Amino acid sequence: MADGVTDKTPWWLNQRLRGFFAQALVIAVTAGFLAFLAYNTQVNMQARGITNSLDFFSQEAGFGIIQSLIPYSPTSTYAQAFLVGLTNTLFISAVGIVLATLLGLLVGIARLSSNWLVSRLAGAYVEIFRNTPLLLQIFFFYFAVMQALPAVRQSLDVGGLMFVNNRGVYLPRPVPEPAFWAVVGALFIAIAASLWLARWARRRQEATGQPFPVFWSGAALVIVLPLVVYFIVGQPLRWSVPHLAGFNFRGGMVAIPEFTALLLALTIYTAASIAEIVRSGIQAVSHGQTEAALSLGLPQWRVLQLVVLPQALRVIIPPMTSQYLNLTKNSSLATAVGYPDLVSVFAGTTLNQTGQAVVIIGITMGVYLTISLSISLLMNLYNKRVRLVER
Amino acid sequence: MKIIKILAASAAIASLSMAANAHAGKTLDAVKAKGYVQCGVNTGLPGFSSVNSQGKWTGLDVDVCRAIAAAVFGDASKVHYTPLTAKERFTALQSGEIDVLSRNTTWTMTRDTSLGLSFTGVNYYDGQGFLVKKSLGVNSAKQLNGATFCIQAGTTTELNLADYMRSHHMKYQAVTFDTSDATAKAFDNGRCDVLTSDQSQLYALRTQLKNPASAVVLPEVISKEPLGPVVRSNDIEWFNLVKWVGFAMKNAEWLGVTSKNVAEMKKSSNPNIQRLLGVSGDFGKMIGVSNDWAYNIVAQVGNYGESFERNVGMDSPLKIKRGLNALWTQGGIQYAPPIR
Ligand SMILES: N[C@@H](CCC(=O)N[C@@H](CS)C(=O)NCC(=O)O)C(=O)O
Repeated sequence: MADGVTDKTPWWLNQRLRGFFAQALVIAVTAGFLAFLAYNTQVNMQARGITNSLDFFSQEAGFGIIQSLIPYSPTSTYAQAFLVGLTNTLFISAVGIVLATLLGLLVGIARLSSNWLVSRLAGAYVEIFRNTPLLLQIFFFYFAVMQALPAVRQSLDVGGLMFVNNRGVYLPRPVPEPAFWAVVGALFIAIAASLWLARWARRRQEATGQPFPVFWSGAALVIVLPLVVYFIVGQPLRWSVPHLAGFNFRGGMVAIPEFTALLLALTIYTAASIAEIVRSGIQAVSHGQTEAALSLGLPQWRVLQLVVLPQALRVIIPPMTSQYLNLTKNSSLATAVGYPDLVSVFAGTTLNQTGQAVVIIGITMGVYLTISLSISLLMNLYNKRVRLVER
Repeated sequence: MKIIKILAASAAIASLSMAANAHAGKTLDAVKAKGYVQCGVNTGLPGFSSVNSQGKWTGLDVDVCRAIAAAVFGDASKVHYTPLTAKERFTALQSGEIDVLSRNTTWTMTRDTSLGLSFTGVNYYDGQGFLVKKSLGVNSAKQLNGATFCIQAGTTTELNLADYMRSHHMKYQAVTFDTSDATAKAFDNGRCDVLTSDQSQLYALRTQLKNPASAVVLPEVISKEPLGPVVRSNDIEWFNLVKWVGFAMKNAEWLGVTSKNVAEMKKSSNPNIQRLLGVSGDFGKMIGVSNDWAYNIVAQVGNYGESFERNVGMDSPLKIKRGLNALWTQGGIQYAPPIR
């Protein structure tokens, strides 16, 4: 009987068909709107005599960039300037994510410490840095901290090797000779060996219950093997030490204050949020688990490492992803202090010199979208691995 | 701040995509309808455009805005100001956020041809110079090999510096900031050895240093920086109006018509003066405003020379000499076609 009713339902009352049409309509309207935007932009730009093309990419950029991870000079093309900005963005984001994670983990755990002073200090840190604007913190680190460092000629001199002044932190730069590749090779072999060792140790522990000091033996392997090779092939590494020449230091390598200030601010600001995520993640693991582990006689840090953190990670990772995305996007505040990131070099200087606003902002948004989606993807993959596996 | 800029740029693009097709000749109508001129100016450059202690905008560039308002409304105060950084200025004009850009902007071929914008003239002939700390003991730009420069993003300065250093086989580093505030502060704090910009601006920026006497402007001028007002290219009537407002101020100086004597000058028998002040002819009508347009400009804003001296010249803290900016009759190159 029920079937009969369905048969007589007119097609426009059919749930599935209606759902399908509703969705098709939404998609069509959205697509139509986007097409209208694109078309109207084109027409308006033409009416206003604004040229619009990608040709500028192969033209000479003609401006200098203070920090570049790839070869670049004012005679390079705009395409190369774009790559410089992109790599600078990726670089500061990657370093910032690693540092913010470490610091956030530390502070988050410290907040739960039974030591009153430690937990209060961690609490104060979180409240101060989470509740003040990031831009203000960047300005603080740049103008109040970095630029308050001594001038070039009065640099802080650390053993004649490292110099600190308001133009940057200068360090000796390693200059590898060809034979150095043997050392790099040894490093990779050592890493592979310790991975194999870890697997072997886990299997053995599962089979026999006997633990093996994987961490220490792995660390020893990774440090000792390359070192031995290094001395065998005759120490194929020279050092370029910074020295004062003319206006500035020459040689060595330098972390410019624009980079350092931005990195500090991004790290410290994001770590405050990460600390909260870590704290809530740990607290989400029921206390009974900790007590049970402690009553087995495991030392406190092993309890954290073996029982609490693996479970906390499940809660921690999803919100952590959005912090990583925030850090990456916040790195575009770079222009405020002159760090040459993608927005500064490309959506700033390049846009201004070429006038290609629409194209350049479009590409820049596309790049940030790609970076963000890639981070999300990686984090989701990792999340799948640590997720509760029902056995 | 960066986010805000991106938002602003996206908003500008959005408005480009949403705006109905613009028709030529509409700017003046729109300005008259809303009752004021929306003028894009510098965020704060003493002598050119800055806010004084009474909260009023003043400066050579601001006077251009006021003169336009005087011509259109007979009231120089009918201006709304939009402070813009170097990076924001062109998008603001392209998107219609402002009616005219009067912000120490260099007339270059790219800007004049590919942005959909047009320069209406030159209200200050400038050139790029260098400001250095006296303690460096440098007295020529040729000694700047290996130096670090503070510059502002989105300017001709960025390109000129690279050109100059390359053609003189010198190495350099450039720290690029968004605002002149950050640029000046970084120079003051010793982040860089040299601040480079249009020379007129160096004098203005120098007055803002903790100790102005600690820095000197080097003698070299490495580029041509003709600064002037900019409008959208698709409105020839508005372009003509802004262009002739500038010419009127220079013609007034040439004819000796000042804000003090303009009322008497109306009785002058000099036909040039009669045409300028609307006593004879229909010149205001030709640009869509009343015939006493230039009278109002001179009475309320002054002629070009008065504006110059008051804002950047001998009556101002900057004390810049007329130099290239004197009238052609006085050994300079400021020149205006005749009103006839
Ligand atoms: N005339 C040059 C430079 C103009 C310019 O923006 N100069 C800076 C250098 S000091 C400035 O006026 N900054 C003031 C500000 O942005 O507040 C150009 O048009 O590109």
